[in-house]
Amino acid sequence: MTQPVVQIRDLRFARGTRMIFDGIDLDIMPGTVTAIMGPSGTGKTTLLKLIGGQLQPLSGSVRVLGEDVPSLSRPALYRLRKRMGMLFQSGALLTDINVFENVAYPVREHTKLSGSLIRNLVLMKLEAVGLRGAAGLMPNELSGGMSRRVALARAIALDPTMVLYDEPFAGQDPISMGVLVKLISELNRALGMTSVVVSHDVREASSIADYVYLLSDGKVMDHGKPDALWGARSDWTQQFLNGHPDGPVAFHYPAPPFRDDLLGGAPRA
Amino acid sequence: MTGLLQRLGHAALGYFRRLGRGNLFLLQTLASLPGMLLRPVLVIRQMWSVGVLTIVIIVVSGLFVGMVMGLQGYNTLVDFGAEESLGVLVALSLVRELGPVVAALLFAGRAGSALTAEIGLMKATEQLSGMEMMAVDPVQRVIAPRFLAAFLSMPLLAAIFSAVGVFGGYLVGVGLLGVDDGAFWSQMQDKVDFYDDVMNGVIKSIVFGFVVGWIALYEGYDTVPTAEGVSQATTRTVVHSALVVLGLDFVLTALMFGG
Repeated sequence: MTQPVVQIRDLRFARGTRMIFDGIDLDIMPGTVTAIMGPSGTGKTTLLKLIGGQLQPLSGSVRVLGEDVPSLSRPALYRLRKRMGMLFQSGALLTDINVFENVAYPVREHTKLSGSLIRNLVLMKLEAVGLRGAAGLMPNELSGGMSRRVALARAIALDPTMVLYDEPFAGQDPISMGVLVKLISELNRALGMTSVVVSHDVREASSIADYVYLLSDGKVMDHGKPDALWGARSDWTQQFLNGHPDGPVAFHYPAPPFRDDLLGGAPRA
Repeated sequence: MTGLLQRLGHAALGYFRRLGRGNLFLLQTLASLPGMLLRPVLVIRQMWSVGVLTIVIIVVSGLFVGMVMGLQGYNTLVDFGAEESLGVLVALSLVRELGPVVAALLFAGRAGSALTAEIGLMKATEQLSGMEMMAVDPVQRVIAPRFLAAFLSMPLLAAIFSAVGVFGGYLVGVGLLGVDDGAFWSQMQDKVDFYDDVMNGVIKSIVFGFVVGWIALYEGYDTVPTAEGVSQATTRTVVHSALVVLGLDFVLTALMFGG
């Protein structure tokens, strides 16, 4: 049987006293695009950081490419990270070097390839994201969508087994969003990678995902193939996927009765 | 009362936690330094932005400080008919104290604050996280070259400050106030000892370079990744560096010249 690329079991994680994950299980199968969706603040990015070993869980296991991430030594973790790429929401491009050097950066750091080979490799990656012509631009000369495409070229520079995408569609215009949707889907197929897409853009993420996990309140609320989820009976799933303003996720933040607040009591801080 | 104690305890715990993190950060940085031998280009690039770009403020300040020393020193010495010792007074004040201390304070204001802001912004824009996810250790790649550059630049800048300061004192004392040229230099040559005075000043500036570099980089690395967090970290760098430099100056002076 095929082993999952990422296998998470009974994962618990807290920030201060606030529980972010309270025992979640999750499997990401090789060659698939898995979307992890949920309302803002549910810890989707935190989950990517736990998969990438940037955070330590309270308990539970996070196995990535067969390795137990929380127990890895620093050198072993870095070896594992060379097999993953990550696309940050902000792009996280190095601002003091140009687009070409940004994409070449991981290649220069981890290989001893000659200058001409690196040049060809970088141009190929930039061509794949449609930005070969922008190789000489500085990061501050790029639009938000272009930054993410450069970051995507950088994330795939070392031909990783898996790429983690943190909110790749957030704040993008429809054209940039369409480009990113197409790129994630096509690169995944062409390069035979596994992709994990964290997003709250339901339609875009569902359109390319083979499997979807819905997270909220520290739990996996629902999971399955996108078509199955759209037909799910769960009120919460329906509210989230269809964007209803009220439902199991209440419109109002918990508060004492409105009448009591208006008619009496000391002003609250 | 309980609330006050609770807040005090909380603040103390936070302080010691930060101090602990700062020490671990320093150890990690020091452990990364040997790797810099293989990549001297990274250090040289940083010496440009940390050291070379600080030279202008060091030269201008050194010149004015030396000139003021010349004026003040002359006015005091002339009462005792000892104005020919002006060279000694200016040189000793500069190489022992003012050179290392004022240069370190200027260095903290110019290069230290820039380092904190740069590292803080790299953290706020996820560049450091991005490096980590590319399996590149940011301490080795970003912090260590900057630390080494600060450490190496500081003594050189202090030396430039002192040299220009002595020249400033010479301009005022000899050029303006008529102190004998030969006496100015020969007394200085006679009374300023290379090991006891110059080297002790150099040791001070090496220590200051170490602590200012450490404070500036740690403040940037540990900043809260927001605009406000970076601004507070930059302020803390300048304030903490100034206090630590002045405090350490007293300790080092007591150790080297006290007995």
